[in-house]
Amino acid sequence: MTDWSGYIGLILQGALVTVELTVYGSLLALVMAFVAGLGRVSRFAALRWLATAYIEFFRGTSIFVQLFFAYFVLPFAGVTLSPLQAGVLALGLNVGAYAAEVVRGAILSVGREQYEACIALNLTRWQSMRRVILPQALLVMLPTFGNNAIELLKATSVVSLISLTDMTFQANVVRAQTGNTLVPFATILVLYFVLAMIIAFSVRALERRMARGLDGVRS
Amino acid sequence: MEWDWNFVWQIMPTLIQGVKITILATLLGSLLAAAFGLAIALLRRSPNRAVSRTTAFVAEFIRGTPLLVQLYVIFYVLPDIGILLPPLLAGVIGLGLHYGTYTAEVYRAGIDNVPRGQWEAAKACNLTERQTWIRVILPQALPPMIPALANYFIAMFKETPLLSAITVLELMNQAKSVANSSYRYIEPITMVGAFFLAISLVSVVALRWLEHRYGRIER
Repeated sequence: MTDWSGYIGLILQGALVTVELTVYGSLLALVMAFVAGLGRVSRFAALRWLATAYIEFFRGTSIFVQLFFAYFVLPFAGVTLSPLQAGVLALGLNVGAYAAEVVRGAILSVGREQYEACIALNLTRWQSMRRVILPQALLVMLPTFGNNAIELLKATSVVSLISLTDMTFQANVVRAQTGNTLVPFATILVLYFVLAMIIAFSVRALERRMARGLDGVRS
Repeated sequence: MEWDWNFVWQIMPTLIQGVKITILATLLGSLLAAAFGLAIALLRRSPNRAVSRTTAFVAEFIRGTPLLVQLYVIFYVLPDIGILLPPLLAGVIGLGLHYGTYTAEVYRAGIDNVPRGQWEAAKACNLTERQTWIRVILPQALPPMIPALANYFIAMFKETPLLSAITVLELMNQAKSVANSSYRYIEPITMVGAFFLAISLVSVVALRWLEHRYGRIER
């Protein structure tokens, strides 16, 4: 009979790394999403082009390839990253590209009359974006952002392949040491699912909170 | 480290072999995902609440956990209960199960998208259940699903590198073995990225054509 408490502790340590990666990755993704998403609706062609290139590149190549590129190829170019940095970088840039399309779609979904009202009120472009368009667009983005965050959480399992000691990595360690396969993998499946549910519920709560006071404008 | 074209041509045949396996896995996985998704969508519409609830939960669980861990479960845990699968088959089943939960949503949206009036008209014309589905609902529901399904098959294609973790010799694994034996990472990993980008860009064009030809599902 194996004493499981130590092994469960190992998996929980891995869970911390997974959470850490998810949080940092999501933050980077959020920044990239707004930079590239706003870039795509910019009035400068060069910015639009740059943002499109970023989005198509990171959506076109797989997250797996990007991670390996960041970890194995960048050192040859003189940029040495720790596994955690490489993981956050690849995850954030990859999911950021997907989320950028969400930002763009949400901004375009705001009604034409809102833009016209901004012009009529003589708001500057920055003011109309900050005060009128984004507050409405943010609510449209939120549910999809939640899905993106869950996708990011699931993608963190891939970092175990570049020797980062996340939950999946630790489960493999436990499998190698105990020879038992069901317990470690079933445990982390449940943990991943619980984390995904936490993200889903908090996004829903945030959405309800932000929807306050916008009843009049929402169709 | 310099980029070496000779080395690129030298490893090309190995990589092409990997590409073949990658495409094979994607095609088989797509077929399985299409069938499995339909099964989930139909079970969720079951009048028996126990059946529909259970299906919904299982689908949610599979969608909320990482594909990599599911592959480990299929490849490492199932042999303990006497089901020993070859790596490629295990990979295809994993891809099919995981993306089946996504395609199920496409089927659901496609069916829900058929206007209520069509169901009522079918009833008014005294069509049987079978006739209603085959003559009225499916002909309207299916075409808009095609681009949405294709979208998930492209996403699946980008996740096939995960199969390398369960020893399938697809593109990523071939590249890694070449890199490990020659200590050159730049060319193999970059070429994998280039292959993925090229195939994704072509499939994005194909997807645009499908959307143009069959329309999109209105959300």
